[in-house]
Amino acid sequence: MHLMSSELFTLTYGALVTQLCKDYENDEDVNKQLDKMGYNIGVRLVEDFLARSNVGRCHDFRETADVIAKVAFKMYLGITPSITNWSPAGDEFSLILENNPLVDFVELPDNHSSLIYSNLLCGVLRGALEMVQMAVDVRFLLDTLKGDGVTEIRMKFIRRIEDNLPVGEE
Amino acid sequence: MNKSEMADEALFLLLHNEMVSGLYRAAEQGDGENGRCITKLENMGFRVGQGLIERFTKDTARFKDELDIMKFICKDFWTTVFKKQIDNLRTNHQGIYVLQDNKFRLLTQMSAGKQYLEHAPKYLAFTCGLIRGALSNLGIKSIVTAEVSTMPACKFQVMIQKM
Repeated sequence: MHLMSSELFTLTYGALVTQLCKDYENDEDVNKQLDKMGYNIGVRLVEDFLARSNVGRCHDFRETADVIAKVAFKMYLGITPSITNWSPAGDEFSLILENNPLVDFVELPDNHSSLIYSNLLCGVLRGALEMVQMAVDVRFLLDTLKGDGVTEIRMKFIRRIEDNLPVGEE
Repeated sequence: MNKSEMADEALFLLLHNEMVSGLYRAAEQGDGENGRCITKLENMGFRVGQGLIERFTKDTARFKDELDIMKFICKDFWTTVFKKQIDNLRTNHQGIYVLQDNKFRLLTQMSAGKQYLEHAPKYLAFTCGLIRGALSNLGIKSIVTAEVSTMPACKFQVMIQKM
């Protein structure tokens, strides 16, 4: 019997989204809740990531993008998204996921057209980066669940967080 | 166990923790009743247990009997989910099984102090559902409860419901 723990994660995540869809009346509230939970996971996950990966300080956003795609995604979700669509200023890029492990075996029902199923990922990325002094905006542009060919996560650098105040739960 | 398995285990543990605290946070803000949180966690576990069994047992030979199924839960199933086996399985041979885990994975991150004991049920509900869901997909209807006396050890009691 062989099963990756990532399947356990995928199934558990699916059960969570199903539960939240029951608990909240509209999709926007579910999206918000998923983002908030992701954020709380991200601020804790970064510790585990730094301990496990031994990556040093990134010197620019391009390096950060590389670490996220090639090390972090690989380590936790077993995939390596490609990095594309850099903005001319180098402060925005897209992660393209050919296969999003979170949506294995998932089909969106018709009445949840505004649900951003994998929104937890945005929160995780935002929370984790905030812990390394980077404020970023993270959102989904394309989603295979909505019929797009790939899943695209857009990441925009907002500012460097100078003060080192501890971040609490949202 | 290789490094990557450990890594996505970290993600599962964080997700589980956040599910527990997220539900209770929402309940405190009036988005639901507190008592219902345990039920919700149990239900989520149930769904996951069913899903896991569907993927596990594709190539597993049919089980001999009820005890055989319980042994499978204690060994293969537990190892896949929690990276260790159940330490002790006892039964009265009348439909009650007690599964003891001396170092239950979802409790090991909590402090061992007595004052945390009251929070333990929150961290066991998902797993009670997980066992019930797994058994249900193997054709066994059950009621699963859990108790902790000394952290991080805990006992899951499975009462088989005869159909």
